[in-house]
Amino acid sequence: MADAPTAGSDEGTVDAFLQGGTSLRHAPGPYFGAYGGRWMPESLIAALDELEDTFEKAKADPEFIAQIADLNKNYSGRPSLLTEAKRFAEHAGGVRIFLKREDLNHTGSHKINNVLGQALLAKRMGKTRVIAETGAGQHGVASATAAALLGLECVVYMGAEDCRRQALNVARMELLGATVIPVTNGSQTLKDAINEALRDWVANVGDTHYLLGTAAGAHPFPALVRYFHEVIGEEARAQILEQAGRLPDAVCACIGGGSNAIGIFHGFLDDPPVKIYGFEAGGDGVETGRHAATITLGRPGVLHGARSYLMQDDDGQTIESHSISAGLDYPGVGPEHSYLADIGRVSYEPITDSEAMEAFKLLCRTEGIIPAIESSHALAGAIKVGQRLAAEAGAAGASDKIVVVNLSGRGDKDVATAAEWFDLLDKDSAEAAIGKEGEQL
Amino acid sequence: MTTAQDNSNSDTGKSATSKSAIAIDKARAEGRAALIGYLPAGYPSVEETIAAGIALARNGADLIEIGIPYSDPVMDGPVIQAATTEALAKGFSVRQVFDVIAGITSQTDAAVLVMTYWNPVVRMGVDEFSRRLAEAGGAGLITPDLIPDEAAEWMDASEKYGLDRVFLVAPSSTPERMRRTVDASRGFVYAVSIMGVTGARSSVSSAAEDVVAAAKAAGAERVCVGLGVSTAEQVAEIAAYADGVIVGSALVAAVRDGGVDAVAQLTKDLSTGLTRK
Repeated sequence: MADAPTAGSDEGTVDAFLQGGTSLRHAPGPYFGAYGGRWMPESLIAALDELEDTFEKAKADPEFIAQIADLNKNYSGRPSLLTEAKRFAEHAGGVRIFLKREDLNHTGSHKINNVLGQALLAKRMGKTRVIAETGAGQHGVASATAAALLGLECVVYMGAEDCRRQALNVARMELLGATVIPVTNGSQTLKDAINEALRDWVANVGDTHYLLGTAAGAHPFPALVRYFHEVIGEEARAQILEQAGRLPDAVCACIGGGSNAIGIFHGFLDDPPVKIYGFEAGGDGVETGRHAATITLGRPGVLHGARSYLMQDDDGQTIESHSISAGLDYPGVGPEHSYLADIGRVSYEPITDSEAMEAFKLLCRTEGIIPAIESSHALAGAIKVGQRLAAEAGAAGASDKIVVVNLSGRGDKDVATAAEWFDLLDKDSAEAAIGKEGEQL
Repeated sequence: MTTAQDNSNSDTGKSATSKSAIAIDKARAEGRAALIGYLPAGYPSVEETIAAGIALARNGADLIEIGIPYSDPVMDGPVIQAATTEALAKGFSVRQVFDVIAGITSQTDAAVLVMTYWNPVVRMGVDEFSRRLAEAGGAGLITPDLIPDEAAEWMDASEKYGLDRVFLVAPSSTPERMRRTVDASRGFVYAVSIMGVTGARSSVSSAAEDVVAAAKAAGAERVCVGLGVSTAEQVAEIAAYADGVIVGSALVAAVRDGGVDAVAQLTKDLSTGLTRK
């Protein structure tokens, strides 16, 4: 596929990363440039070593590869579709937009890719219990699903605030046999759920695997989680070549910790003409301080086991993030993203709650697809990218431009939030008041 | 990464200039284990932390750990979490830890270390943090989420300012990691008694004695045991095989419930367990 036709001119030169022909794919960790590593208590190092060893052996084991392929195909429903969104694209400067339909996977998001892989690794290590953190609940549901399928005990830590925002997902996890523990520390969101999961892991590491849900944390998690999501990018690349006859001009994904994004980006990292965009949660607007735009405004630091961009104050205390999307409401980001940002291979930009919700509504009404609010950040970003591409190409050339968007999850879980949001908009409230109340949904 | 040179003057070589080693050796010369007490800075106030630290030192503690309240304390249980959360809510700022250290070291002979999660140090700058800690009379750092593998900058700064590097070893540490951690440490090695977070427990795990033995086998001269210790009986149990006993949550609970007087009383009580039978 290396000689596949590409998007033409390379006016946005992004080849600095390909110096000497070095590939950006399959970066093994523990370091991604200055990021990554293992900033973890010694008590957990042996478990991380065991996981790394098990993972490396599994990757080289045809039986494991076959197991994953079988589960992906016959359980998750992969490959997920690549759907052209023609009516939606009319609002994005008239470029062509294709949606990578991770929302169609079993459990409704990309998260299933990672949990099946890690649950199999847990079995290989002889562990009988998995723990997980969850923000929106998608990773918790996916973890509970994998645990039920493979006969593992499952405990999910979820911020009390998120439990309230995503009550139906709590019920889903319990239906699947998991125990959900609301976390009342700190901001009661994803970061605090991770803290609590780590405390559980330290105490129970003998029989417990920490099924981390995003491509962050201590080595080997960033590389390991990415490995199980690489299928997104591999499928998307092959599908766009088949459907459009060439590579896209741009690839867009939303970024919280960054697992869906790193999965789809991976397929295109070594294709210099393909511009890659990660859209962070801009919350009420980055100028308000109430956001989760970690790379846009953060500074490097260490949190949850890795060095990466981090929302922190002058004392190094983590700043609480804010987003209407529970799944993006995290003040850190995976270390590989920090590296890709620094070298300029991926552009990271914030999308506000309002922009995301407008894109949410637009996709519902133009394509009959209800997206996750997380994914709506990628959709809003794609509208901007499409309009920019169209402006560059001119009216005649716009329809030749192609944008692939990772539609990482479906929005069924977000219907209550969205209904409330749009009611507020109808009342024509002041924007600040809307943002504030939106946070309390 | 640390160089062989760094390693060679670790737990063994530079003990003469290590404040922690001197404090532990003094206790050893008296035929007992050292008592190490933990207090979170700024709980309930900076002034009271200083007063409680002085009370610790005057009632039997040989070394004092001052914790920096941090937003994401993954190795701490409920008692310490509640205290550090309160300190942060009251506006504690990291630089105040140096006031606490100076306040205690100016009034007592105890070796005073800072226990901190790593990001606040990174934020200030490892060298800058180390310089200010040394200026305040601090003995060194205990680093619950920094392993020697990631400690290159801290190895350099601690050498430059003569500070102790107290890394943790755990029941899960392999012999290879035990050796690496012991080699990188200076002053003493912190043996985690159980797999878990901070907080009083009814009994001290038998794993603690094995961890101490493994650390000693890896070359450690001084090994102190922490996590879960709250009574004089537990102190006595650990003093039989370790060079020092670390008490945290129980002292924090004493501060919470009875202030400085309660800290003095508990310290007195705990220190009765130190003498080796």
